[in-house]
Amino acid sequence: MSKKIHVSTTVNGESVEFLCEARQSLLEVLRENLSLTGAKEGCNNGNCGACTVMLNGVPVNSCIVLAVEVEGAAIETVEGLACHGHLHPIQKCFLEGAALQCGVCTPGFLVTAKALLDKNPNPSEHDIRFNLANNLCRCTGYDKIVKAVQAAAAELQTR
Amino acid sequence: MKAFDYAAPTSVADALKLMEPPHTAALSGGTDLINRMKDYVSSPERVVYLKDIDALESIESSSKGVSIGAGATLAALLEHGEIKKTYPSLWKAAYEVATPQIRNMATVGGNLLQRPRCWYYRAGNGLLALKDGKSLVREGDNRFHAIFMTDGDALFVNPSSLAVPLIALGAKATILGPKGERTVPVAELYRVPKGSQERELTVQHGEILTKVVVPATHAKNASYEARHKQAHDWPLALASVALEMDGQKVGSARVVLGAVAPVPLRSEAAEKAIEGKALNHESATAAGDAAVKDAKPLSMNAYKVQLTKVAVKRALLAAVGDRYWEEG
Ligand SMILES: Cc1cc2nc3c(=O)[nH]c(=O)nc-3n(C[C@H](O)[C@H](O)[C@H](O)COP(=O)(O)OP(=O)(O)OC[C@H]3O[C@@H](n4cnc5c(N)ncnc54)[C@H](O)[C@@H]3O)c2cc1C
Ligand code: FES
Ligand code: FES
Repeated sequence: MSKKIHVSTTVNGESVEFLCEARQSLLEVLRENLSLTGAKEGCNNGNCGACTVMLNGVPVNSCIVLAVEVEGAAIETVEGLACHGHLHPIQKCFLEGAALQCGVCTPGFLVTAKALLDKNPNPSEHDIRFNLANNLCRCTGYDKIVKAVQAAAAELQTR
Repeated sequence: MKAFDYAAPTSVADALKLMEPPHTAALSGGTDLINRMKDYVSSPERVVYLKDIDALESIESSSKGVSIGAGATLAALLEHGEIKKTYPSLWKAAYEVATPQIRNMATVGGNLLQRPRCWYYRAGNGLLALKDGKSLVREGDNRFHAIFMTDGDALFVNPSSLAVPLIALGAKATILGPKGERTVPVAELYRVPKGSQERELTVQHGEILTKVVVPATHAKNASYEARHKQAHDWPLALASVALEMDGQKVGSARVVLGAVAPVPLRSEAAEKAIEGKALNHESATAAGDAAVKDAKPLSMNAYKVQLTKVAVKRALLAAVGDRYWEEG
């Protein structure tokens, strides 16, 4: 085993420190060192988006980011979406719209959709499909997912 | 992935010292390098992370053109108003690279210097994929491989979507190494490797690409990418054109092809076919036909010849605002 490196970062608003090897991905460290198992490993090469987290305010595939790169950065994971036990509207709309089956892709979709709605509260269907292009789902099909994001956008606008 | 030493310098000078050969690799967005390391195709002993160097990130426009730091992300490139306005060929090519998540990480320098996606190379058979003197590509599944320059052993295609418009626009790359700085046309970043020990890139180990400068231009320019999937996919054929107009006619033209040869390929035949002509469907089709005159496809990729023709035709027409395929 090679030498471990100390990394200080912020995860879901809290300061976090961990030790990792340079070759560990951010996804690996989130899941195995920090027990944040929301982000999933699908392809492990940047194609499927199941591992999506926010890095300094933008969605990235955590499987192809080295954990040592996030020194001083701010990370948000799907675990940060719900607030005081209340699901985020995007989560609620996925549930109510049956926009998931096995659920492996869902954390990635939720994080990417949240990033989109933060930037563009009133996206067109094209905007939604374009921004979710990196998130693959093998069970549900995309229509229900797109509709759930539209419903969440509508609900967030009434707030 | 093999273990390695990691360094995150904050200045180019420090990075250069840390980059000393032989077994070091620069890490920018990591969207290419980390995948190769996971697959043991590349196993550097030291990785030098360049994204903490602010000086590599800037995009600056002036009357001379636009200077794009090697560390600028593709997402930042797409947000730059001047690039969208003056260099739509570059903007469009970047817009079609990969996905939002990847464009948030991937950098311009890394895009230009990413290694080929040939699946025989990525499976550890070397860049030329020769086994017992035979070409795995020629004898195997070559549907995504080259259709030009196929007489030799280098049958992979250059993977960089950004190199294609940058060459059409006459951009230059600045490279810093232990021996100092040099500036070369983007086309000269690439070569066809002569043997299995040669890389397809002219940038040497230990050197850092610092920026790309695209000269100011009035040229009408556009890119067109043919691919399978809308959502995200690699180009099967990509064409970028830059046209200096002479009244209603094309004065001089640059036509560059991507995803069809081991280097981004300038098509002088297509340029000659369109120069001096008014740009319309007939002349654009003729230029597309001229572009593929020298194509020699492999056993499974003759379909790319037709896609290349259409890519050239559509890029030419898009440059003058005719996007007929989007209508209806
Ligand atoms: C799903 C998927 C789809 C994709 N589709 C496309 C596509 O359609 N078109 C396309 O062009 N690309 C595509 N890509 C590739 C992607 O664009 C590249 O991986 C990315 O642009 C590389 O940039 P990076 O900053 O992540 O490079 P890195 O992975 O960090 O580096 C790439 C290479 O360049 C070297 N390097 C990086 N920066 C420097 C520097 N400043 N000086 C010297 N050497 C340097 C590294 O050592 C490494 O060898 C796709 C990738 C994925 C995962
Ligand atoms: S696991 Fe990261 S993109 Fe698939
Ligand atoms: S619900 Fe199973 S992959 Fe999307």
